[in-house]
Amino acid sequence: MARTLGILGRKLGMTRVFADDGSIVPVTVVEAGPCPITQIKTAEKEGYNALQIGYGSIAERKVNKPMKGHLDKAGKGYLRALRELPLDSLGEYAVGQDLTVDIFAAGEKVKVSGTSKGKGFAGVMKRWHFSGMCSSHGAEKVHRSGGSIGNNTEPGKVIKGKKMAGQLGNRRVTVLNVEVMDVRPEENILLIKGQVPGPTNGLVLIRKSK
Amino acid sequence: MNVIHQIEREQLRMDMPAFKAGDTVKVHLRIIEGEKERIQVFQGVVMRVRRGATSSTFTVRKISEGVGVERIFPMHSPFIERVEVVSEGQVNRSRLYYLRNLKGKAARIKTKTQQFSA
Repeated sequence: MARTLGILGRKLGMTRVFADDGSIVPVTVVEAGPCPITQIKTAEKEGYNALQIGYGSIAERKVNKPMKGHLDKAGKGYLRALRELPLDSLGEYAVGQDLTVDIFAAGEKVKVSGTSKGKGFAGVMKRWHFSGMCSSHGAEKVHRSGGSIGNNTEPGKVIKGKKMAGQLGNRRVTVLNVEVMDVRPEENILLIKGQVPGPTNGLVLIRKSK
Repeated sequence: MNVIHQIEREQLRMDMPAFKAGDTVKVHLRIIEGEKERIQVFQGVVMRVRRGATSSTFTVRKISEGVGVERIFPMHSPFIERVEVVSEGQVNRSRLYYLRNLKGKAARIKTKTQQFSA
């Protein structure tokens, strides 16, 4: 996957808009940036090229001393979240510079990462869309179970990666190649076609697809 | 939510006349065929009006060559040129699904003016 420039944002919710051809498009409204660059990592010093960007604001009393020293270098106040964007080559960036939604254009494809909504410990029907078992025909206590999980002595073990019950959600999810419907630089708003992982007010990372 | 409301408000059409279920309306639709654009009129009885910001819709029913035809229009669609209210109906429901089971004379709706004269 190409290492591309991106921006941090907050999911505000969903609505629908009319596209130019009159069709109705569901969009997620994301408040993105401005994201100050807090650190520039270079191949010479850190071994790889990356930009560290921040987003949101936080009270001074919630920031510990080492973090304060780090954030003071950018001089953009105390930031809630920091993320690193690995890049193939570093352009003309300076610490303290803001990345805004201007880096995106309407019609562009982006990838959006976020932490999905946690669903807790879920069974196989909910987690993997198994069909479950019979509700009658003599079935007892196994209505929502997944059935057999493997063979007998050959191979004598459960195959790794077997779909079973477990934690569902609350993990990093990336949706690829979603279209930016609209960019509103004066309000720092992006309209992204379709869904974006995570709850309302959840932190999302929006990166260019190419 | 303010930003979302604002985005929705920008999409809304303020030129829509007020109409409700039971009214007879003419919907002037912009039809694009290749390069050409023309206006098509769909006249019928409003069966239901679904409220909501950009997701508002209304359903219009008409009898076309003996076949009932229902079309659902997005209220704020840019493809609607205009909506003309032909007559206001006097009905006791906001969802006129019962019209589907009626035809001919039984499917008529009393208009408000008729009621006053009667």
